[in-house]
Amino acid sequence: MQNYFSLLHLTQQFAIDIKALESNYRKIQSASHPDRFVSASPAEKLQSMQLATSANEAYSVLKNPAGRAKYLLELRGINAIAETNTAMPADFLMQQMAWRERLEEAKAAKDLADLEALASEMQAEAKAIQDELIDLFDVTKNLAKATDETRKLIFIDKVCADIHHAIEQIE
Amino acid sequence: MALLQISEPGMSAAPHQHRLAVGIDLGTTNSLVATVKSGMATVLQDEHGHALLPSVVRYTPDNKVIVGHEAQAQQSADPVNTISSVKRFMGRSLKDIADRAHTPYRFVEHHAHTISPSSLTGDGGSRSSPQPALIQEMGVNPQAHTKLLQLQTRAGAKTPVEISAEILKTLKARAEKSLSGELIGAVITVPAYFDDAQRQATKDAARLAGLNVLRLLNEPTAAAVAYGLDNASEGCFVIYDLGGGTFDISILHLSKGVFEVLATNGDSALGGDDFDHRIYCWVLDKVREASEHFAPLSEEDTRLLLTKARQAKEWLTDNHEAQIVCKLSNGSLVDVTLTAQQLVEITQHLVTKTLVPTRKAMRDAGLSIEDINGVVLVGGATRMPQIRHAVEDYFQQEPLTNLDPDKVVALGAAIQANILAGNKNDDDLLLLDVTPLSLGLETMGGLVEKVIQRNSTLPIARAQEFTTYKDGQTAMSIHVVQGEREQVCDCRSLARFELRGIPPMAAGAARIRVTFTVDADGLLSVSAREQSTGVEAHVEVKPSYGLSEDEITSMLKASFSSAEEDKKARMLAEARVSAGAIISSVTAALAMDGSLITATEKQAIETEIERLKTIADADDAHAINQAVDALNHATEAFAAARMNASVNRALAGKNLEDIKL
Repeated sequence: MQNYFSLLHLTQQFAIDIKALESNYRKIQSASHPDRFVSASPAEKLQSMQLATSANEAYSVLKNPAGRAKYLLELRGINAIAETNTAMPADFLMQQMAWRERLEEAKAAKDLADLEALASEMQAEAKAIQDELIDLFDVTKNLAKATDETRKLIFIDKVCADIHHAIEQIE
Repeated sequence: MALLQISEPGMSAAPHQHRLAVGIDLGTTNSLVATVKSGMATVLQDEHGHALLPSVVRYTPDNKVIVGHEAQAQQSADPVNTISSVKRFMGRSLKDIADRAHTPYRFVEHHAHTISPSSLTGDGGSRSSPQPALIQEMGVNPQAHTKLLQLQTRAGAKTPVEISAEILKTLKARAEKSLSGELIGAVITVPAYFDDAQRQATKDAARLAGLNVLRLLNEPTAAAVAYGLDNASEGCFVIYDLGGGTFDISILHLSKGVFEVLATNGDSALGGDDFDHRIYCWVLDKVREASEHFAPLSEEDTRLLLTKARQAKEWLTDNHEAQIVCKLSNGSLVDVTLTAQQLVEITQHLVTKTLVPTRKAMRDAGLSIEDINGVVLVGGATRMPQIRHAVEDYFQQEPLTNLDPDKVVALGAAIQANILAGNKNDDDLLLLDVTPLSLGLETMGGLVEKVIQRNSTLPIARAQEFTTYKDGQTAMSIHVVQGEREQVCDCRSLARFELRGIPPMAAGAARIRVTFTVDADGLLSVSAREQSTGVEAHVEVKPSYGLSEDEITSMLKASFSSAEEDKKARMLAEARVSAGAIISSVTAALAMDGSLITATEKQAIETEIERLKTIADADDAHAINQAVDALNHATEAFAAARMNASVNRALAGKNLEDIKL
């Protein structure tokens, strides 16, 4: 069974070459997309549909750092978002609450500028976590710590999506 | 009905034979048809040299249907039976049409067959899997829940699908006359922001017009193809497409012939028509100010004033003021002057309205203004100077307008049609498009659980698991919706079906996996499967709007002689066509990649080919179809091996970029 990394001809690790990811993805789509099989036999159309769908799925999971981290853990049998996996360092919990509060306040005040500012602050935090994940996944292979950091990343993604949603509502 | 070309069994179509395919821009205001002739995309003209066909259909007193300029000319005289901007009503119900008070049409409602359960089949993914044990007990319970919109004309109540089919038939006839041959298919463009109901309605209209749809293509993507190829562009581009009745914004990444849509957004009920309407309201206000006792307008007057409003808008693109003069049926004279500045003021809110989806798309694409290499304007309404200024202000760069904004979509569609028809085999162009709106299911409390997020690249399949909430529950209702809002009532309802025959179990024990699949046309199909206790049940539903499968079939039949003999002959011809198609494609595949499989496997496929050839000579359509299925089945492993080899070849191929790295 091919996993997303092998499908896209990438080494199974957190640090990936984004250019290679994009280029390999486009090559696979060029070879497998249903547009290439309009007059092919039904069996080939089915193959094309399945492979193009898998390539889209693999690409969307791997290009997103949180998705990639979560998937790397899945390949090692760890479900980062399992309900049993709830422990979070105290300082991050405090930070979480502070972000949430700020989001709610900015939302209530319809303060677009603050929503944008919050989003970019969180993105900066996400970047720092990603740098740490390279070390945790690829160098020290500390999966327990990597799971914690991955959950932080997933949390930040979720809040950022909420921020974008709030901005849309205000606009 | 357009049949595929028949090639003799065992013979592939001659390599240099040009297969006639066209691109059709089915617009709100105007429609066009284009094709690729000797490597060049060209718009086809009618016998009077007109490229644009006004999307106006008139049902005349002598039972004729007139489409285009002639119909448009008669519009003010016969407004109720002359339908324009029908695209606004595609896939819509009466409550969606907010501005119906200002159209001269007589709308009627009719309870639609919203769902036609297409089939009860085994797993579409692996045909060798055992038939689901529960299939006998399962059923689909379609519940009509939307009211189908129709327009009352002297020719009877007409659905928007039927009216659009008249426009498509006219373009098909124009193309076949101009190209002297039968079309093998067409690429038809739709606004990127069209939902599933509107896409399905467009496809139904094409079928009704006897067109084989090679692909539904998003209008901004089509424009990007025409533009990108013309300019050999690389990087991130924005397509701002303001048509007669729809607004689309798409952000694409162009790289070595791959057109990847990063995000799309829009408003499927905003376009040049709204500017006309705004002018119309302004004129009415003016005349009411002048005379207190202004009688309500007749349908003829409404149409006349709307036409005058459109002319004034077009005039103001190059002039400072426009005089709107006309005599109404009650004898009163309208004479007002609209300046370009006034037009800007009264339509400012419409221009601003286009920037909201624009910002959303930019956010979804994760790009900022500096990342954008170019902005392309598409659609006649983008000729208005206030639109150009607004776009320029937002993107901080002058928009590109070197291609005719009216034709660029049809030209892009023609290029894609040519590729899909197999006329061009060099793999230098690939379109990766996205789904514009999120797709989800209703969960407890009327909330939406999103299964596929907007802007996901097509094709896509996603599954989600659900369970029963009562002990012994044997059925589950599945409600499919489309939209971004959290409440089901704020989203578009696409389909409802019931999965029955779930084995009785404790609450929460059943595992019902619901899979959403969106194909390359952007059309959704949904399947649900109960998979606990090893028992599988599977039902597939394709949402269908406006017309049921039966209605389409009977309308199609009505246009042919419906004698039983004819039907048999057609079925046989169609079966032979699909036999010819599969034989030629498998034979070509064996010649190219036969080394990928063992001699025994190859022998098995060849045996099936010979068997099909023999059966295709006889007159039994059913037997031919069975032999086609058997041959297809025999080639499954071969198809997988070929796909594998082809992907490996693609990945091994070095291009310039890799070498630089």
